Amino acid sequence: MTLEARHVTFYYKGKKKGPVLDRFSLQVEAGERVGLKAPSGRGKTTLCRLLAGYEQPNQGEILLDGRPLRDCGSVCPVQMIWQHPETALDPLLRLGDTLAETGGLEERLKKALHIEEGWLSRFPSELSGGELQRFCLARALRPEVRFLLCDEISAMLDLVTQAQIWQFLLAEAEERSLGLLVVSHDDSLLARVCTRIVELPFPSWRIF
Amino acid sequence: MRRRDKNRRKSTVVFLAAALALLAAVTVAGICLEDAAAATDFSRTNLAPSARFLFGTDWMGRDMFVRTLAGLSLSIRIGILTAAVSAAVALVLGTAAALLGPRADAVISWCIDLVMGIPHILLVMLISLACGKGFAGVVAGVSLSHWPSLARVIRGEVLQLKSAPYILAARKLGVSRLGTARRHMLPHLFPQFLTGLILLFPHAILHEASVTFLGFGLSSEQPAVGVILSESMQYLTTGRWWLALFPGLFLVAVVVLFALLGERARYLLDPASAHE
Repeated sequence: MTLEARHVTFYYKGKKKGPVLDRFSLQVEAGERVGLKAPSGRGKTTLCRLLAGYEQPNQGEILLDGRPLRDCGSVCPVQMIWQHPETALDPLLRLGDTLAETGGLEERLKKALHIEEGWLSRFPSELSGGELQRFCLARALRPEVRFLLCDEISAMLDLVTQAQIWQFLLAEAEERSLGLLVVSHDDSLLARVCTRIVELPFPSWRIF
Repeated sequence: MRRRDKNRRKSTVVFLAAALALLAAVTVAGICLEDAAAATDFSRTNLAPSARFLFGTDWMGRDMFVRTLAGLSLSIRIGILTAAVSAAVALVLGTAAALLGPRADAVISWCIDLVMGIPHILLVMLISLACGKGFAGVVAGVSLSHWPSLARVIRGEVLQLKSAPYILAARKLGVSRLGTARRHMLPHLFPQFLTGLILLFPHAILHEASVTFLGFGLSSEQPAVGVILSESMQYLTTGRWWLALFPGLFLVAVVVLFALLGERARYLLDPASAHE
């Protein structure tokens, strides 16, 4: 399987100055771990949102196995993990109800990510950032998922939790041959985790 | 910290129940006393407030206490009706603006700005006049002029919810459009809507009374507070202060009660303050 951005150009509405991404292309194969590196404001999160299908490119295409990525209806094979896990969970729903909506968790994932039974009766505001991020990760790893877009998923976590998450994710990616796109500022993390590192180009319109 | 026996949640619930009971009692009493409010007795005209006639009597010997109750009851009923219609219009237009794409949004937002740009009382008068005054005119006028602010709130709220990461994430994990609307949007929208609805009452009641006072609303045989106040104007200079004071004071009291009700309901529904 391949997830591909082909000659993608994207403007944010109302910003006349220039595109965030200008004819940018990227391919992620299943089992590949691609690191994405760029200073802030260069469009890393935007690229993730495009690849996940949350935004539509103004030009170019997002392709999954050569076919355009549209509203999947069921579980989408491309999932995004957000930088701020507390925004990715409905604050008014207990975690158990959030899970029930998407069909529960495998025991294996619960164990690997140290997700406690007690969390399920709590609201997102009652857990820490690291706990929520682990929960979000477990929720997104449905059997149908082939690609995971990790947008700075460990930036605000302590080192122990970071290590836990990446250790698990690498093993999981290996086992299921998941394609990972890892966005981070942290060069050493990218060097350790990724098989290939891509840098977002400086947009040409900004030079002038 | 020492746990206090009475927390704010409890006292708020008690207050809400008491206020609702009081308003319901006034409404029901007013309906029952409608005939008594119109009863004239020329042997007891223009009496000042006393133990027998708490609010005094008017120039036709009608008991002002009974008239005030009947008037408030009518005001509350009109208020509930118009607030409900307004809120329904606001809900439909607000969600439509947020969900039906940029063109619908532009049209509806333009309408909101248009209606908001005209002073309420002027708009109520014009619509009421166009609809032939009376009960239908007032109801149409007030309900068609009070929806924009709530519609704007709902539009903003739905727009924000539409792009909320947790809703996007749920959609990607296979939750249907209807499912996200029901489980993730409604619970966030409901408190805003309910608070907006309750806070519409005082506006609606005041505008009903003022448009009636100005002569563009309910007809003079109905025991409305606006009618009572406008008629009392002719007698104020002759020293009959009770004709205007008590109905006016109680109208303000009802309005304040509704406003407090809205505030308190918000405390109760807002998760940030619900457990204080």
